[in-house]
Amino acid sequence: MNNIKCECGHVNPEGTVLCEACGKPIEKNQHIDGNDKKKLLNMRYDGSARRSQTYNKSIIDKIWSFFSSVKVGVWLIVIALVASAIGTIYPQEAYIPSDAPDRDPAVFYEDAYGLPGKIFYQLGFHNLYSSWWYLLIISLIGVSLVICSLDRFVPLHRALKMQKPKRHETFINRQRFYSETENVTDEERETIKQNLKKQRYRVSEQDGHILAEKGRFSRWGPYVNHIGLIIILIAALLRTTPWFYLDEYMWVREGEQKVVPGTNGEYYIKNNNFIMELYDKNDKRFQAALKKKGEDVPSNFQTNATIYKKSGDTVAGAPPKLEKVKDVSIRLNHPAKFGGYTVYQSGYQQNEFKSMTFNLHEKNDPKKVAGTFKVDFGNVKSSYDLGNGYKVNVENYYPEYYLDEEDKIPRSKSKYARFPAFVFSVTAPDRKKPEMSFVGIGKNIDATGKNKYKLGVEKYEPLYASGLPVKRDYTLPIFAIGAIIFMIGVIQGMYWQHRRIWLHPKKDSTLLLAGHTNKNWHGLRRDIEKAISNTSVKIVEDQQELE
Amino acid sequence: MSLISVSSTMLYTAFVLYIIATAFFGATIKAKKNSVSAKIGITLTIIGFAAQLVYFITRWIASGHIPVSNMFEFVTFFGMALVFAFIILYFIYKLTVLGLFALPVAIIVIAYASMFPREIAPLVPSLQSHWLYIHVTTVALGEGILSISFVAGLIYLIRQIDQSVRSKRTTWLEITLFTLFVFIGFSVISVIFNISGYNAEFKYVENEQEVTVAYHMPPLIGPNNGEEITKNAMTPWVELPQWMRGKDAPRKANTIVWSLFTGAIIYLLTRLILRKRVGAALQPLMRKVSPDMLDEISYRSVAIGFPVFTLGGLIFAAIWAQIAWNRFWGWDPKEVWALITWLFYAAFLHLRLSRGWHGEKSAWLSLGGFAIIMFNLVGVNLILAGMHSYAS
Ligand code: HEM
Repeated sequence: MNNIKCECGHVNPEGTVLCEACGKPIEKNQHIDGNDKKKLLNMRYDGSARRSQTYNKSIIDKIWSFFSSVKVGVWLIVIALVASAIGTIYPQEAYIPSDAPDRDPAVFYEDAYGLPGKIFYQLGFHNLYSSWWYLLIISLIGVSLVICSLDRFVPLHRALKMQKPKRHETFINRQRFYSETENVTDEERETIKQNLKKQRYRVSEQDGHILAEKGRFSRWGPYVNHIGLIIILIAALLRTTPWFYLDEYMWVREGEQKVVPGTNGEYYIKNNNFIMELYDKNDKRFQAALKKKGEDVPSNFQTNATIYKKSGDTVAGAPPKLEKVKDVSIRLNHPAKFGGYTVYQSGYQQNEFKSMTFNLHEKNDPKKVAGTFKVDFGNVKSSYDLGNGYKVNVENYYPEYYLDEEDKIPRSKSKYARFPAFVFSVTAPDRKKPEMSFVGIGKNIDATGKNKYKLGVEKYEPLYASGLPVKRDYTLPIFAIGAIIFMIGVIQGMYWQHRRIWLHPKKDSTLLLAGHTNKNWHGLRRDIEKAISNTSVKIVEDQQELE
Repeated sequence: MSLISVSSTMLYTAFVLYIIATAFFGATIKAKKNSVSAKIGITLTIIGFAAQLVYFITRWIASGHIPVSNMFEFVTFFGMALVFAFIILYFIYKLTVLGLFALPVAIIVIAYASMFPREIAPLVPSLQSHWLYIHVTTVALGEGILSISFVAGLIYLIRQIDQSVRSKRTTWLEITLFTLFVFIGFSVISVIFNISGYNAEFKYVENEQEVTVAYHMPPLIGPNNGEEITKNAMTPWVELPQWMRGKDAPRKANTIVWSLFTGAIIYLLTRLILRKRVGAALQPLMRKVSPDMLDEISYRSVAIGFPVFTLGGLIFAAIWAQIAWNRFWGWDPKEVWALITWLFYAAFLHLRLSRGWHGEKSAWLSLGGFAIIMFNLVGVNLILAGMHSYAS
């Protein structure tokens, strides 16, 4: 390494632009920060030696320089921005509306949006955010973040540690805030020093030269926030592994007990009942809006369930021994948690019946009711006694009825009461022989055409199935930590500023005053105004005017 | 008086106070520093803000949930956040012209909001969460502060752009100002047809289903292959092209055309009176303002607003989404546009830091940022579909 010794005696690393100790510009390196073309010194990194600006021979140097360039970083951000925007032109595949006539993406996009939709689909934009090239852009941003931060943080940290209160005169008079006052007494300088201390500046002194500094820690804000971002990107990477992130979905019918998927048979859930509640149409507050909408607005979706845990070893084939963990009510926005898993309320289906209540009435006069009975589909009995000598036998029960096209025999597709139908036989005190009838949804057939009595459905109770996603996400804490670090970093960098004020006495009792801040120059000026009040020292001039 | 009527009276009061305050800030242009009118202006603004706060709280009590759950409520709240952000930055920089522009933007925003249905609506289950409150209020506050960057940037451009010759820059500035006129146009035309009580219904077929759409402004643009239900309704001049779809698309398109139309008329009348570009007419009023100061404010509001926006728009949003939909990020359009806003301001900050994009370039960027915020507020809801689409 070709170290550079400054006239103040300090030895600087190769590539240094301004001496770390006294700030004197190092002749041959002025082009690096563009100081050779401007009056003001570029103070961004205090003229420290950055690797990217110093070495560019080997391929590694070149890659390093490429990724540490903010220009490249901004381009990557802008590309990510534009790509993200493109993905919102039409819905992503996951958001194809559920009532679309055809949800197959190959059909949907062209159908709904014509040629542009077709192009959108064929370019793969319907899954843009998981496309390889989108992920590549995001990863490149990550790489860029790491390299650019290292490239700057290390030398800047070193330069700020090495700085001395006594600065070279050219360093002082090439600052943006600068003033020169003749005949300043030592007392006045002391007053300024005390004023600065009162404003909580850290003041250090060397041969009458004063450096007052405040908020240096805010300089690390960007690096802290970039670390937060990197942690977030790492978390996103980990989330693609099944151990860190488990994502299952289960449907449980009311009354049913099922093993919770993804828990290796450790946990069971029983759906006690599902509740959907609606807003009261007559609620004074919402009357107007509900009327305008013209349809029911739900106020709550809820699954009441019990969680069980397998206890002890189970003998193969035998049902597992279960121990109750707790009763939970799972609502939207209020998931249930147990053993590291979280279960959410997400959907519901109603395509089964819980019970049906029938009444037996005279065929010619529905008002003459002989009795009623309720069939509970969880437990269909073989006969129902209606009292007074009336009795209904269940001859046949088809939970999900259909008529076989070939042999014209009624059958059931499943054991679930989705489309129930019955063959009933009715015994009545005033009929000699039992009357047969076939009753199903929308069907009521009198087998002989001579029946006196008829069965009608009085009411029914639907049976719901709850759709419950099951998740275990160990990346959440990592995301949270990343987000917190990011927030700390931005706040640190944005709400505080690194301000420095230099007092540089010359032999002829002229005082040079200079100030630098990384942002909020307005605030620095006010600090200086306060510091020099009651002295003859002139307020600094802003040497940089906007073009 | 019922709580609801107290609430709307208060909003109206705030609205009027903001208008009067604007006039006082206008009077400061010719006055000296620390003038009386500046003091009156900021006092009225604060009283107006307090009135709007009363509107907010009373509506909250009346409805039982925080009033940020539909377009009217959210956009109104955004207007309030903008005023709040202005008050903060006013006390940092004491720049009165800021009020002359920030308040009208807030006024336009609130006027725009009040054109949406104002009934108190119940909260659907997915919105019943404390995180809704926290998320929405922080986002609005962040966006309000970021908007001040736009206001300062706009003043900067009005102040600095050479108006003696016509150039690309004067044209873009004029387009920006014209956009503000379109929002005014929207409010004016909505009020006119609201008072006249215009209503016409059409039916048409979309996705193989028959739907009806109610127009509250005469249909310049009709539905594709639509059929009038209302008798003697005006026959639309043109039909909406086949590919523009979505809930109430014909009505929305029609409203946009009317707003453009009305905005253009008001704009042209203004030009006729001024006899020069609006930007050129405003320029002399800005002479006394220091461009450095404007640049500083524009940057500072991004510096202050960016962390707030990140917290509300990304972090709190993710927490809420995690609890409500068990996914903290789902790439729905509203989320993506929050990310775009965030990336945009990240780019803004980096360009400024390292590429030295100060002054005019930075001011143009601040206009771009505001355009993205407005698109997220208005465009995503009206144009792109998503689960956040309050407007219906
Ligand atoms: C979306 C991603 C990014 C975000 C949100 C972000 C955020 C930030 C923030 C908030 C600052 C502080 C700005 C200020 O103080 O005005 C900053 C500074 C900085 N960022 Fe980033 N950044 C991102 C990506 C990048 C990338 C990819 C690069 C690489 C080239 C980069 C390089 C820098 C540099 C060099 C600084 C200035 C540090 C300093 O001068 O003290 N950033 N970043």
